[in-house]
Amino acid sequence: MNSFFSSWTWKMAWRDARSNKGRLFIYISAIILGVAAQVAITSFRENIDHTVNSQAKELLGADLEVETNEPYTDQTLAFFDSLGGQQSSVVEFASMAYFPKTGSTRLSNIRALEGGFPFYGELLTQPKNAVEKLRTGNQALVDQTLMTQFNIRIGDSVKIGNVILPIGGAIEKVPGEAAAVSLIGPRIFIPQRLVDSTNLIQPGSRVEYKTYFKFEAGRNMAAVEASLEADHDQRLRYDTVEERKEEIGEAVANLSKFLNLIGFVALLLGGIGVASAIHVYIKRKVDTAAILRCLGSSARQAMNIFLVQALVLGFIGALCGTLLGLGVQFMLPGLFNEFLPVQVDIGISWFAIGLGFLTGTGVSFIFALLPLLTLSKASPLYTLRTFDDSITSLLSTKTKGIIYLLIAITIAGYAVLLTSDWQVGLFFTAGIIIAFGLLLGVARMLMMLIRRFFPTSWPYVWRQGLANLYRPNNQTTALMVSLGLGVLLISTLYFSQNMLMNELQFASREDAPNLIFYDIQPDQNDGVNSIIKRNGARVIQNVPMVTMRIDSLNGVSADSIRNDSTRDVSGWALRREYRSTYRDTLLDSETLLEGEWVGRAPDTGAVPISLAQEIAEDLSAGIGDTLTFDVQGIPVKTYVGSIREVDFQRVQPNFFVLFPSGVLEPAPQIFVTVTRAIDRNQSVQIQQDVVQSYPNISAIDVRLILSTIQSFIDKISFAIEFMALFSIITGLIVLASSVIVSRFQRIRESVLLRTLGASKRQILIITGVEYLFLGLLSALTGLFLSIITAWALSYFYFDISFIPNLWVIVLLTLGLTGLTLLIGLFSSRDIYKKTPLEILRLEGT
Amino acid sequence: MESNSILSVSSLTQTFTTGDHKLTVLDDVSFSIEKGSMCSIVGPSGSGKTTLVGLCAGLDRPAKGTIILNDINIGKLNEDERAKMRNQHVGFVFQTFQLVPTLTALENVMVPLELRGSSAASTQLKATELLAKVGLSDRLHHYPAQLSGGEQQRVAIARAFINEPDILFADEPTGNLDAETGATIEDLLFELNRDLGTTLVLVTHDLTLANKCERVIELKKGSIYRDEVTTDTVAAKSREQVTPPNQ
Ligand SMILES: Nc1ncnc2c1ncn2[C@@H]1O[C@H](COP(=O)(O)OP(=O)(O)OP(=O)(O)O)[C@@H](O)[C@H]1O
Ligand SMILES: [Mg+2]
Repeated sequence: MNSFFSSWTWKMAWRDARSNKGRLFIYISAIILGVAAQVAITSFRENIDHTVNSQAKELLGADLEVETNEPYTDQTLAFFDSLGGQQSSVVEFASMAYFPKTGSTRLSNIRALEGGFPFYGELLTQPKNAVEKLRTGNQALVDQTLMTQFNIRIGDSVKIGNVILPIGGAIEKVPGEAAAVSLIGPRIFIPQRLVDSTNLIQPGSRVEYKTYFKFEAGRNMAAVEASLEADHDQRLRYDTVEERKEEIGEAVANLSKFLNLIGFVALLLGGIGVASAIHVYIKRKVDTAAILRCLGSSARQAMNIFLVQALVLGFIGALCGTLLGLGVQFMLPGLFNEFLPVQVDIGISWFAIGLGFLTGTGVSFIFALLPLLTLSKASPLYTLRTFDDSITSLLSTKTKGIIYLLIAITIAGYAVLLTSDWQVGLFFTAGIIIAFGLLLGVARMLMMLIRRFFPTSWPYVWRQGLANLYRPNNQTTALMVSLGLGVLLISTLYFSQNMLMNELQFASREDAPNLIFYDIQPDQNDGVNSIIKRNGARVIQNVPMVTMRIDSLNGVSADSIRNDSTRDVSGWALRREYRSTYRDTLLDSETLLEGEWVGRAPDTGAVPISLAQEIAEDLSAGIGDTLTFDVQGIPVKTYVGSIREVDFQRVQPNFFVLFPSGVLEPAPQIFVTVTRAIDRNQSVQIQQDVVQSYPNISAIDVRLILSTIQSFIDKISFAIEFMALFSIITGLIVLASSVIVSRFQRIRESVLLRTLGASKRQILIITGVEYLFLGLLSALTGLFLSIITAWALSYFYFDISFIPNLWVIVLLTLGLTGLTLLIGLFSSRDIYKKTPLEILRLEGT
Repeated sequence: MESNSILSVSSLTQTFTTGDHKLTVLDDVSFSIEKGSMCSIVGPSGSGKTTLVGLCAGLDRPAKGTIILNDINIGKLNEDERAKMRNQHVGFVFQTFQLVPTLTALENVMVPLELRGSSAASTQLKATELLAKVGLSDRLHHYPAQLSGGEQQRVAIARAFINEPDILFADEPTGNLDAETGATIEDLLFELNRDLGTTLVLVTHDLTLANKCERVIELKKGSIYRDEVTTDTVAAKSREQVTPPNQ
């Protein structure tokens, strides 16, 4: 390595690079965007982590949050007293909010507040400190987005249940909550003393009772947690600042893991671009190395000259990439702001910068290693007899194997580092290697096939262009692999997105239900149905719902199963509140998988129920297993009579647990009604009428939800597309640079042909045919592989059906082929503009 | 052999295998060359001339036989040792010039000394002097592609002489040039040989040129067909006269 540091090596590297500057820049331009993506994402993540750490308490707004689903018992209240500190409580539930001024209604997230929450951070409102109005007067605070949507102003009133109160302010930000939360359930704060008068909390309503604590500094939180874990007569869930921090940290880690992989794809593409470009570059340098060796330089010295170039170039690429990445990070918070619970402070992350430099230089080094090493094998003999073989043939199979292994290890290591997940990292690497191998195989096969079945009857120029695909110095393998891999990555991304979007179109079907009312009390059921009919809509379904919990499974109590770590039963499935229905038939959205469906319960003994496949798996319950449900205080003995598959994608109430008729009829129950409104007006009218007569009933407007989800996905996919853009542009750069680089292979030949009298048109066609085939073949191979990948993703991961969009395929194929052709022709334009002699002299340097 | 021989080759055999076909290009060749002499190697195309001088200059390894160059058995050296040996004792001029395309004329000439680690200033001075000697003082900063074939070959000769080699191999140095330019190049080679006392091994098709040397080795099908010493040559005479260098 000592010659690496000799000034001669560096001087020679500079002299040699001097006249190649533009060309060398092409070689590294491919890695710039990859590095930029890495730097931007890493520093974005660092910034979030930093912000989350510095604003940890604001994330929760308190030191401790305790939550139950039932009103506090006396014992709980006494326990709260014993905890001490400052306390503030919120009663949270969903309800329709009605705005009399415009007549609009919207299912909202009502939060009845009492006390000084938030203790940390600020409930940002317009006007400032409007939260005081909750404490002093009977006023409501309404989510800014909702007010904008319905054109509501401060001072207008909102009706929640039976209570009408003036709006005292607009909510801009709740500590620890992402802005996007308001898209799902717009938040409305009301004073807690008004909850009873709303008359909204009734049996079966889902309510969360939350109490926030602020403790004096230095309070032993471990002791507090221990006392919360102790036995209470009511299940208390709690969240501390540390836990909240962890949750957010995990979410951020997942997000950045995902973004990082997308960025990594850009980096990899860049690496491949560098590899193929350096390959061609080095090939031209074999002669130089041979001359230098003739003049007495050692093998190592000759190689080091170009190693220096590769490293310096990598460093410059990394520098450009890092600077770009630092710029791009300012855009990232804008993209993700709505999904983040904190306002991210942007700062310089030295870690990200260091990583950028390391990856940039590292990637260009690793990918340049193979061609570089061949230089050390450049025999001085090549000065006597020109070397015109593949340069990799100079290296032993062992050396090549070691380098490929090294590259694979680097990719795997990096993927694992980025995702901090062995499996994902290795899976990703394996996928890339397989794709690489396949593309390589296809390229080889193509060359063989073209040679074998050469169309001898084609016109000369076409034959010449086609033959260029397999003749010595062909770029087929390099271009096929880099283009194909680029197409593969980009179109897989595109297909996945397309596939997810398609999945969401279920509700726009003609006859699909689109309006659901729930929390209908038994005495309101007929009233609601008649309102629907009066408005000209049809009651598609009217289903009773009974809430229950699992008391025991096969005679063992739910609590002891939960505490038994050896049992493979999901705690969630045991704990959750089941909303079950009863009827005597199965619907067409249900398919019996196992056992026998019994429509009517026998008069005595256990009740044969039907479980949805998913919940049977979670409970590890099979046919014949017994389950005792606690139906609002009364134990009901059942056994699993059948297991059925439920199509949960339908817009209708679906049930994990289905009872036969004849058991639950006397139990306290509420109803769910499903209808379809023909248009927005009808939907609004029905909702208004229902909310006016029965304020406790909530409506789910599927259309609204869909448009919410749509805008959600739009925002997310915009963010993803933004990141994917790095890959796409890198792909294009790689494409351009591969083509430009390959031009050096062909130009001498074209000039020779031109000298021999070929017309401009003939050269144009020969060049065009070569790039046409290269573009077409690599686009098709890449697309083919990406369809397989997308299918595998849809089948194994998303569990949805995937039908490749033919238009996408056609457009991508045409686009890519056209682009390759265009770049190929454009970069060969010198051949027609300049005289052969001029070109030969230019190319000589 | 004689103590004043600079190159001695004995039983040199070179074979190439292409596929399963074995081709003997040099077959048991032996000769030795005196220090400071001029020797030409002639023979029909494909007779193994380039292969022979390539081996003598240490650009390749023989299949069999020994080559002793400057009292060193170069068959025993490894690649890097041979590179060092070439740098210190050997000059080479190629039919196809072999200049580094990305270096200027001056830089091309400087390379051998730079490799040795000589001081930059003295190297540049010497290279400039040599380029002046070959008549290219006004083309120092031109790239090879900007020079004519004859000019490129003159740069190559300047480069071959900058390390003051003990022996210079020239493989058809004028093969790519017109007669007149060829003659200039030949004169240059002879002149430098005379001035610096460099042994010259010249591969050529040109019999007049060959006969200017005091010894002619003729190869045919890989073996020495003729090995003649003609003391009464232009070269031998001019060496006795010791004329001052003229430009
Ligand atoms: N690497 C090689 N592989 C196979 N055959 C080779 C190789 N190198 C040289 N040859 C063969 O060796 C023979 C001698 O080649 P060489 O270049 O030494 O001939 P030459 O006398 O210099 O010819 P010319 O006057 O045409 O330059 C030729 O027939 C050539 O084909
Ligand atoms: Mg020859």
